[in-house]
Amino acid sequence: MNSYFLPAAKPISRLIEELHKLPGIGPKTAQRLAYHLLQAPPEKSRDLADAILGIKENLRLCSVCLNITDSDPCGICSDETRDGMKICVVEEPIDIMPLERTRKFRGLYHVLHGVISPSDGIKPEDLRIKELLDRLGSNSVTEVILATNPNVEGEATSMYIQRLITPLGIRVTRLARGLPFGGDLEYADDVTLSRALEGRQEM
Amino acid sequence: MTSRVYQTEAIIIKRHKFGEADRLITLFTSDFGKVRAIAKGAMRPKSKLGGNVELLSYSQLMLARGRNLDIITQAQAIDNFLPIRDSLELMSAGFYLTELVDAFTEENVEDRELFSLFLNTLKEMAGSSDMERALRYFELRLLSHMGYRPQLQKCANCSRQLEPEANYYSPHQGGALCRECGYPDMSARTISVNALKVLRLWLKCDYATACRVKLTADLSREIKNLMRENIRYLLEKQLKSIEWMDRLNSEQKNHA
Repeated sequence: MNSYFLPAAKPISRLIEELHKLPGIGPKTAQRLAYHLLQAPPEKSRDLADAILGIKENLRLCSVCLNITDSDPCGICSDETRDGMKICVVEEPIDIMPLERTRKFRGLYHVLHGVISPSDGIKPEDLRIKELLDRLGSNSVTEVILATNPNVEGEATSMYIQRLITPLGIRVTRLARGLPFGGDLEYADDVTLSRALEGRQEM
Repeated sequence: MTSRVYQTEAIIIKRHKFGEADRLITLFTSDFGKVRAIAKGAMRPKSKLGGNVELLSYSQLMLARGRNLDIITQAQAIDNFLPIRDSLELMSAGFYLTELVDAFTEENVEDRELFSLFLNTLKEMAGSSDMERALRYFELRLLSHMGYRPQLQKCANCSRQLEPEANYYSPHQGGALCRECGYPDMSARTISVNALKVLRLWLKCDYATACRVKLTADLSREIKNLMRENIRYLLEKQLKSIEWMDRLNSEQKNHA
């Protein structure tokens, strides 16, 4: 065990060490969390432990959109009020959450589980692109919205998918790339500003 | 260099996630060669670094010396090579170039000549130059500059003057071989008179002159394979982005 955590009793230092492995949790935060849990009532700890175990035991991928879900098809895919003619393609399951928060999109999703990254050797067949094409073949989809991240890998992935879908006669759109709300022109980079100018809209 | 803060121009050749929103960036700088640095918060949407430290950006940077890694404090893009970014083919070549530069360089070794070769190649590619030609010229000049200049005047084995006929080429021997030496050498492949002429010229001319050479599809392919084999021999591995480039290429052909 890491000598860094030794002054605490063994179970506590074990907990601190585990918490410390989580993203964004430094040694101090880990200590604070551990001592907080120590003082919390036992059922709280049990709830937390259950919740952590629960994500491993009950979750799988939705057979339609490949989002992480506890029911198949997932809540979004089985929601009949949603527009099945539009599919929004995202890199990771976590990308669905911010899009859902906007409440602007009422279509369905498709999770690629990664991006094409030539320098890491990640190829199109390592992603769930085939599943997307299968969906497009069998359903009456009219628009595919590419919502990969606006970085080089995301762009490459989008351009590649666009190339595959266009021959099918389905409309392919890309999320606009522009200025972040609350941002500052002065700090915007040239690519973002160029795209923002290209994509300017009538007021 | 005692100052805690320094400025330099750089092309971003590699980047990795680092912690939650930071990026570990590999820069090829004009003044200090290859440098690794942290771009704090570069993955947040409002980061003022973000788009200026994206792969292949050519940026003016300010860095602060850290204990292990330096930290990028300011970044202003000089050229983002938008035409490269807008094309899947050009971007795949861009991935290849960054991988190539990364593989052939050591950290903290100043190399202005390579920097300007790299920069010019990107400019040419962004400026509607023939991509394959720009890549081949870059590869050849890179080899030559890094000390692997192929011997193309005489036989690399017996030093005899090469006859104007199809000869052999061996990365292992470091250049062209005459017929007698090349034939028994299993690692050697044939090289046409024209390919030999083109490579000889490119080794001593600038890119503008290199563009005047007419390349047939066959000749272009021959030079591509020669260079590729040579690079693979020197690095003792195939670069990962090559597979992607080839794949796009063949899919494009099938499509057409």
